[in-house]
Amino acid sequence: MGVVASSKAITVTVNGVEYEREVEARKLLIHFIRDDLDLTGSHIGCDTGNCGACSVIVDGGLLKSCMLLAVQADGATIETVEGLSEDGTLTPLQQAFSDHHALQCGYCTPGMLMSATALLRANPSPSEAEIKKALQGNICRCTGYWNIFEAVKAVAR
Amino acid sequence: MSGSTTIAPDPVEILAPQKQWSGQSIPRKEDKRLTQGEGVFVDDVKRHGMGYLHFVRSPYGHAHITSIDVSKAEEIKGVYGTLTGEEVASLTDPFFQLATPPGAHLKDYALAVGKVRYVGEPVVAVVAETRDLARDASELVEVEYEPLEALVDARRALDDATPVLHDDAGSNLMWEGVYEWGDLDAAFAEADRIVKIKELHFHRFNSTPLECDGALVEYNRGTGQWTIHTNNQFPGFAAIMMGPAMRTGLDKLRFVTQDIGGGFGNKITSHPQLVACCLLARKLNRPVQWTEWRTDFHLSMSHGNERWFHDTEVAVKSDGTLLGFRTKALDDAGAWLRYEPLGGVIWAQVTPGMYKWRNIRLEFTQVATNKAPCSPNRGYSRMQHLWFTERMIDIVAHELELDPVDVRKRNYVKAEDMPYETPNGCVYDSGDYAQMLDLALELIGWEGIDERKNEARSRGKIVGVGIGSTLDSGTNNFGQSRLINPELQFSGNNEVATVKLDIFGEIVVTLGTTPQGQGHETTAAQVVADILGCPVDDVHVRAGHDSYWNSHAGFSGTYASQFAVTGLSAVKGATDMLAEQIKRLGSVILGGVPVEALELAEGTVRIKDNPEAALPFMACGAIINANNAGLPEDLDVTLNCRYVYRPPFEVPDVERKFGNLTLTYAAQIHAAVVEIDPETGHYEIVDYAAVDDCGLRIHPQIVEGQVMGATAQALGAAMHESFEYDGDGNLLTPNFYDYHVPHALDMPPLRTGYIESASPFTPLGTKGMGEGGGAGIHAVCAAVQDAMRGHGDAIVYDSWNPYARVWELLNKPEHARALVEVVSS
Repeated sequence: MGVVASSKAITVTVNGVEYEREVEARKLLIHFIRDDLDLTGSHIGCDTGNCGACSVIVDGGLLKSCMLLAVQADGATIETVEGLSEDGTLTPLQQAFSDHHALQCGYCTPGMLMSATALLRANPSPSEAEIKKALQGNICRCTGYWNIFEAVKAVAR
Repeated sequence: MSGSTTIAPDPVEILAPQKQWSGQSIPRKEDKRLTQGEGVFVDDVKRHGMGYLHFVRSPYGHAHITSIDVSKAEEIKGVYGTLTGEEVASLTDPFFQLATPPGAHLKDYALAVGKVRYVGEPVVAVVAETRDLARDASELVEVEYEPLEALVDARRALDDATPVLHDDAGSNLMWEGVYEWGDLDAAFAEADRIVKIKELHFHRFNSTPLECDGALVEYNRGTGQWTIHTNNQFPGFAAIMMGPAMRTGLDKLRFVTQDIGGGFGNKITSHPQLVACCLLARKLNRPVQWTEWRTDFHLSMSHGNERWFHDTEVAVKSDGTLLGFRTKALDDAGAWLRYEPLGGVIWAQVTPGMYKWRNIRLEFTQVATNKAPCSPNRGYSRMQHLWFTERMIDIVAHELELDPVDVRKRNYVKAEDMPYETPNGCVYDSGDYAQMLDLALELIGWEGIDERKNEARSRGKIVGVGIGSTLDSGTNNFGQSRLINPELQFSGNNEVATVKLDIFGEIVVTLGTTPQGQGHETTAAQVVADILGCPVDDVHVRAGHDSYWNSHAGFSGTYASQFAVTGLSAVKGATDMLAEQIKRLGSVILGGVPVEALELAEGTVRIKDNPEAALPFMACGAIINANNAGLPEDLDVTLNCRYVYRPPFEVPDVERKFGNLTLTYAAQIHAAVVEIDPETGHYEIVDYAAVDDCGLRIHPQIVEGQVMGATAQALGAAMHESFEYDGDGNLLTPNFYDYHVPHALDMPPLRTGYIESASPFTPLGTKGMGEGGGAGIHAVCAAVQDAMRGHGDAIVYDSWNPYARVWELLNKPEHARALVEVVSS
């Protein structure tokens, strides 16, 4: 039986920056992003893949980064909440979240923004039902979601 | 429609003058960082060389610990060290207990000592180089247990054959007390009907903030001080618990927070875990980081109080006039008293609910069980009692075939009765519950409800309508703790703010609070800007809490619906002081103009009659801080003002259990329309309205956000969420798979409304708010029960009504029917 490697060198591009890191094979992508890259905007709210606070966009697709190992992301292009705005200017979606009071504590917000961003890229004019379906994998305990729906609707074409 | 809408009522009299900033929904100062992922939550804080802590937890509900062996774990490379209960017991004293005996005898430590009392109880702490290694090494800790019979049903707690959790207490009884006001015998003699309800049950759940508990603790060997970066939401209480236990002065415990990912009361009692972190930071001489996993949180942290109400009797006149009630409340505190038995008195803030009955007797018994310890959860203890109150109202209406709207309006405390003193001496400050109810009914389309019921029937569905009236009492008088234990030396309340004008004219505000999304930075800035006459963007409110800032006092924190009163009154007090100092400085610099002739406007102090004679704040800050030669010796101006707001309270009368227990009484009235499929019990909320009154609103959007969020939590609790245990004490809902919190697709259409009844007792006319959402549980229960009329006539006897229970109520109503009886007297 051969020796099973316990770590691996990976290369990922996060928000346009390329990182090369040696990572433990069992490390979750979210822990890699938060602990190794110190991009702490993406959060952790559960240990079962239910809450969506860790949602990021990997190679164009929305993913919960707690459901992926970091080594599985080798070679991937990843977008996190830190990459949404440029030079501190909020995107229309971020601005709409503020305008509509779609966040309170702000803990779910990064994941919520990534889910809504992925939705709007795929479907710039979602119906309310489509918005709800797109956000059903993101738990918010503060707002009751109503204002989040309003915020997404406000930027939908 | 499926979004939310707000309608404004006719304006009520506004007692305070309209301000430029207060009363407006300005953009929240917090949002820019939070929408960009730039908040700093506790798990974001890192230190060089820090170790990650993982708790080894009890797999048993009740067991003796016969041995612990950490050697295999400690041998692993990268494991920094461990901590056991035995070490904790030698290094610390048990946490101070609020209870009188027998609860007072509990010996509660940071880790289990000798025995475990619930599944998930921390037994050993392991610290290692990485999160995963700490978790792995925990698996190598060998703990031998001798299992004992577990107690999970509080109703068995005091039976002779039931195992006792705490030998030191000698019984599972933790605290008991009898509350009685008025003349029960006379009330029951006067009653035409007595409605008897054998048993009602308020279930166990909590608000499950999305961010779990955590800390990063550093120990400074040179000074003996711990710096505790944490998301504990009541550092004042944590310090009082931790200092004596750790045999250290409170100045050695520096609490620091910035952003907190939701709290809802559930982050008040993390002090045992924080002590474990502190001990390990000292023992290992390195920073210790602890972040709870979701499953850990569900297993062990701050469950809401489960409560039974037995042998309830309600005295009623034939016309629906309520005369009084008596009941026996049995409260399940779980395995430890971490904030309890305060739940044994907190309910009394709202003793009669919103109703005018004057004759009330409640025997309160709190017991320990082999379940996670209970601690405050949004609506703490009042929610349980107000649910019970609303159940009584609706069961009376149901049994006597009265209209629940009429019963409420007949018995509500009326606007003209305000301020209203309750039978136990609490003073409801202001409000108009009947107006709120009308508004809620209008919002759900009450007028057309019969047609709607008929239409649903034609589709084979059953429609029910329910009302939930609730009070959101805020600004505790901690003197109420003496009704639990007369020896306790707590009373009143306080909060602190500092406001300073710095060298370049920066207005800097520090708060004693620990906000978790309530927008304190924004609302504090609104109050300051109004007083100083400057743009709100010129006011910088420091994010979070740091006990180094010296802007805290014993009751500092964010809990129990009080910031709009305690926090903002402290801000107002400090800003008034600063304004007065700026004027006195202006008086000197502007050539001895009397202070009365000056005003603050446009970021300056200026002469009212000659606005061009103005001194900018920047000049004021520069003069005092850096250019003060030649100022008059007696000019007592620092431009750095600290104010402690102290609400007007007396110590309650312990003998009569009488006194004002909270300063303000915000109110919410909710109305729900449910549609039930009788084949399956599946139901949907098809219309919902929430009407709020929290006095004058500083930031209406934030207030509405609190109403919405609390409503969502209530709907989740009413329909889905429950901490369910099996007979051995295993939690069956330890994560978000099994514990279903509302998701986007679960949300019903919502309409919100409000009235504003200024509080006559608070400096800004505000009332604390945020906890009135319990009304949602009451309203759903009432709506489900309404649907049972003519369909078996079951009463709703539990606060948790998943589809299976609703099916049972419809199809097997005998159990529910047997719980209620009406006697004519």
